[in-house]
Amino acid sequence: MNMVDSAQPFKTLLGPESDSQRTQYPYVTGTSVVGVKYKDGILMASDMGASYGSTLRYKSVERMKPIGKHSLLGASGEISDFQEILHYLDELILYDNMWDDGNSLGPKEVHSYLTRVMYNRRNKFNPFWNSLVLGGVKNGQKYLGTVSMIGVHFEDSHVATGFGNHLARPILREEWNENMSYEDGVKLLEKCMRVLLYRDRSAVNKIQIAKITEEGVTISRPYALKTFWEFNAFKNPTVGAEGSW
Amino acid sequence: MFRNQYDTDVTTWSPAGRLFQVEYAMEAVKQGSAAIGLRSKTHVVLACVNKANSELSSHQKKIFKVDDHIGVAIAGLTADGRVLSRYMRSECINYSFTYESPLPVGRLVVQLADKAQVCTQRSWKRPFGVGLLVGGLDESGAHLYYNCPSGNYFEYQAFAIGSRSQAAKTYLERKFESFMGSSRDDLIKDALFAIKETLQGEKLKSSICTVAVLGVGEPFHILDQETVQQVINAHEIVEEEASAEQEAAAAADQDAPSADEAAPADQGIAPMDI
Repeated sequence: MNMVDSAQPFKTLLGPESDSQRTQYPYVTGTSVVGVKYKDGILMASDMGASYGSTLRYKSVERMKPIGKHSLLGASGEISDFQEILHYLDELILYDNMWDDGNSLGPKEVHSYLTRVMYNRRNKFNPFWNSLVLGGVKNGQKYLGTVSMIGVHFEDSHVATGFGNHLARPILREEWNENMSYEDGVKLLEKCMRVLLYRDRSAVNKIQIAKITEEGVTISRPYALKTFWEFNAFKNPTVGAEGSW
Repeated sequence: MFRNQYDTDVTTWSPAGRLFQVEYAMEAVKQGSAAIGLRSKTHVVLACVNKANSELSSHQKKIFKVDDHIGVAIAGLTADGRVLSRYMRSECINYSFTYESPLPVGRLVVQLADKAQVCTQRSWKRPFGVGLLVGGLDESGAHLYYNCPSGNYFEYQAFAIGSRSQAAKTYLERKFESFMGSSRDDLIKDALFAIKETLQGEKLKSSICTVAVLGVGEPFHILDQETVQQVINAHEIVEEEASAEQEAAAAADQDAPSADEAAPADQGIAPMDI
């Protein structure tokens, strides 16, 4: 009886049913996350949408969550995988707290841990289908990094996932600076989110902006951006490219 | 300690509530050659006496680098110490790889203590016969811990273990209150003085001791023999000047001939590459 039981798990990794054990494509996905360093810490923005393919199915999904005392994690991609990652991080932070000594995991350590998790899953051909933005402040040191679903990871002064890389980062490259105040940072992020709202089909007009400083994490209440649809270019979109739509 | 009917097994309690095997393991620590550690707010110094078995052999390695920010000095069964050092190195490097951050020494010490405790509660194991002085850096500064074969660990400002360590402890007890604010060089000087106390009259030379330092901005490393000898010379001279003139005169007379002897004698002892 024992011998037959031990064969079961291996059988399902071979043969026609094996692919159902691995992530092949995402189902419920979130779109861009944008993060910047500013004077007192990190600011991160994301909308609250989760799409089911081309349908904007869920509109109140929090895609940014605090991790421990010092970090904030934002995710785009498969929402169920994000929830699984949060579960792993919950356990990580719990064990860290259980040491009950003066030490705690900072954003750099969490980022490194996530990199290991993402890369390991990628190597098993069963990735967490997410792009993650990890920001935080510890002992006055600001940290902002990103990890992709294949384990590509790096730190920068401003990061974004998905469409944010193409639409938001050019704006940030022009207008970001090290000593932005909180208000400047929020304005800049709202500018990025507005462009994403106009041009990313999976964006919804309900965003949150999260701030993390030495004191801790605050995630704003959801709110909508003001939009303007009377641009001439919007009214006559194909004027520069006759025949397109 | 005398033999009794409760000391065969580590898993047998005595009626007085003692585990004799564990206590015997702690005796093994006392038989090893001395190791001392002291720390300030920012630095930890570990030092040990290295006595070779014979003139023909080299001495045993008793100080190990565990990571850039952690070092350990052992006393007792050096073989057990080597195995535990390898475990510590492994833990540090795995943590560094996962978190890209140094393992806080306080956590390593607890892991080490838990490992030692297991050996006090399995009938097919024996306690480790080695005491470890673990020096390392944490978020909160420099720390010195002592890990016992019993699975206990204690934090210290300064401590000495091994044979004739009581003499060193007496010296350290006189001076420890100033250690927190000591400079790195003062700590090294105090470590050498403490080692000298355990030698009970034998001349302190850099060939019979090993000194290692680590601190904020200074990765763990073992000081080379010339540096140690320089510190010995600098402070022994100072000490002689401070004492009575007669003693100074007598010591100076002895020093001149013995200094000449020391050089060729050092060359005779086997080289200790670390």
